[in-house]
Amino acid sequence: MADASVTKPLTTGGRAAVPATGRWRGSRGRRRLLGQVLFYLGVVVVLLIALFPFYWILRTSLENNAEFVQGVGGANGFLPAHLTLSSYIDDFTQLHFLTPLLNSAIVALGTTAVTIVVASLAGYSLARLPIRGGGAILTFVLLAGFFPVLAMVGPLFLLYRDLGLLDNIYPLIITYLVYTLPLSTWLLRNFFAQIPKELEEAALVDGASRLQTLRKVVIPVSIPAVFTAGILSFILAWNDFAFALSFLDSPSKFTAPLAIVVFGQSQFQTFYNRIDAAVVVITIPIAILVLIAQRRIVSGLTAGSLKG
Amino acid sequence: MARRLRLPSLGGTPPSAGVSRKADRRLGYALVAPVVILLLAVTGYPLAYNLWNSFHNVILSNPGAPQNFVGLQNYQQLATASEFPAALARTLAFMLVSVVLETIAALGLALMLHRAFRGRGFLRAAVLIPWAVPTVVSALLWTTMFDPRSGFVDYVLGLLHLPGSNTTWLAGEWTAWTAVLVADAWKNVPFIAIILLAGLQLIPGDVYEAARIDGASAWQSFRRMTLPLLRPALMVALIFRTLQAFLVFDIIYIMTGGGPGSTTETLSYLNWQAFLVSTNFGYGGAISISLVVISLIIAGGIVLVMRPKT
Repeated sequence: MADASVTKPLTTGGRAAVPATGRWRGSRGRRRLLGQVLFYLGVVVVLLIALFPFYWILRTSLENNAEFVQGVGGANGFLPAHLTLSSYIDDFTQLHFLTPLLNSAIVALGTTAVTIVVASLAGYSLARLPIRGGGAILTFVLLAGFFPVLAMVGPLFLLYRDLGLLDNIYPLIITYLVYTLPLSTWLLRNFFAQIPKELEEAALVDGASRLQTLRKVVIPVSIPAVFTAGILSFILAWNDFAFALSFLDSPSKFTAPLAIVVFGQSQFQTFYNRIDAAVVVITIPIAILVLIAQRRIVSGLTAGSLKG
Repeated sequence: MARRLRLPSLGGTPPSAGVSRKADRRLGYALVAPVVILLLAVTGYPLAYNLWNSFHNVILSNPGAPQNFVGLQNYQQLATASEFPAALARTLAFMLVSVVLETIAALGLALMLHRAFRGRGFLRAAVLIPWAVPTVVSALLWTTMFDPRSGFVDYVLGLLHLPGSNTTWLAGEWTAWTAVLVADAWKNVPFIAIILLAGLQLIPGDVYEAARIDGASAWQSFRRMTLPLLRPALMVALIFRTLQAFLVFDIIYIMTGGGPGSTTETLSYLNWQAFLVSTNFGYGGAISISLVVISLIIAGGIVLVMRPKT
């Protein structure tokens, strides 16, 4: 702890790094206390920046239309005047928000399932099997993740139009693979490469085939990595806006993010209370995922990216 | 980029009893084929199709017209119509400003998260949530925050009797860019910070110990050791973030719609308009090809500048 405070500069507000002074000898205790106080002040500021906007949309979502129209100030300031769920009720009854939520769930879970299967097979092959050009394939997979999304929109729009697949949520699953496959393949390949080979060899000697070994030996010990790839894939697929905007047309086909943006466009007066109620609803599953799996998400985002 | 691909055990296993190496190799290709085919379908195919379209006259609103070869006409349109150079300049300016500000903020956040203190896990989860929520959420959330009627920003400026409490942020060019930058930073600083944190954790503690014994100040050891040792992590974060910022679309579409006027139109926004508003897939294809080419130049430039000196 003492080392840490010497070597790491203090931070304020997560914005600028202010170096801690190097002179400690004299009033060491007092300086350290001051440092601690400033540090925790910085932590509080960061927490406020990260979380206060969520409070603000929650607050706005708990107003009804009449209260919302009055604006902030007066009766409703930092706290809403009354707590009412009418915005949430309007979203689900008048704006039929359940349909886009289900569409998003289907597409995100579908993308996750396809990603896990395809990325596990490829990851195993790249980690363990004697293929030629494995490095080139891996490079291609990673580069694909950087391909400009808008450069995909035009040609895929024409393709889906010719195949009669516009305004259909299922082609989105294939499209979203560009978000999920590069990271997942890379993650799983790195994880599989670390598993001791003896584990598989025992099964192979016993006469199991490669695929049986993958299913019964490799995947079971790789559950943490598969889980990480799954969570990240779900988040990435759940978050898409550009493809849904370009390929979907009728409200019954919208994904949740698209539906919320359209809520805002379709009215003379933008009722942010209704929009924010929907925003709160689609944020909740993501917030829960982050709270229960933050360690995995962090390790998944960084695993491998800094090796080599 | 190529550097981090050089990892151990890309080769295969030694042949085991009953399993021939040749069969393993064939299986290997079969298992890797789906990923390659799927990614080629969603990236390689669009790239080729855009390239073809960019040399042809492909306008859907004009269905009878033949899709004839027009040479470089679509690319000439990029140079002559003022919208493309203007959007390019705007996009590059946004990219530079957002990446520099966000990286500095992220470095501070990473140093904070690197320190062992009570509540670190909670802080890490709290900052991860803005990263994990959809861009639609961050864009609409900050649209609400900056709204003159129901927003927090104008309300607080009013409470504190500060100027600007009647600002309609998204109606002015510079105020709109400010709101976009804030929303973008709020979502993306945590991502850079997490990558930099992983980089910090790879730096062995005894390096600092040695520097301290040699009498280095905290600032010196940060400047001379932390930053250089953080270089690989910084490179990874910069490649991801710079390209994302260059290709910014969602937040622009949702918060400003390119407005007021066309003052916040970025290249991706222009490309979207070409495809889905003008349905000019030849001109749109030319924009897409330039997006790909400029992305490659940017990524290559970052790798060249940030590559560890050996």
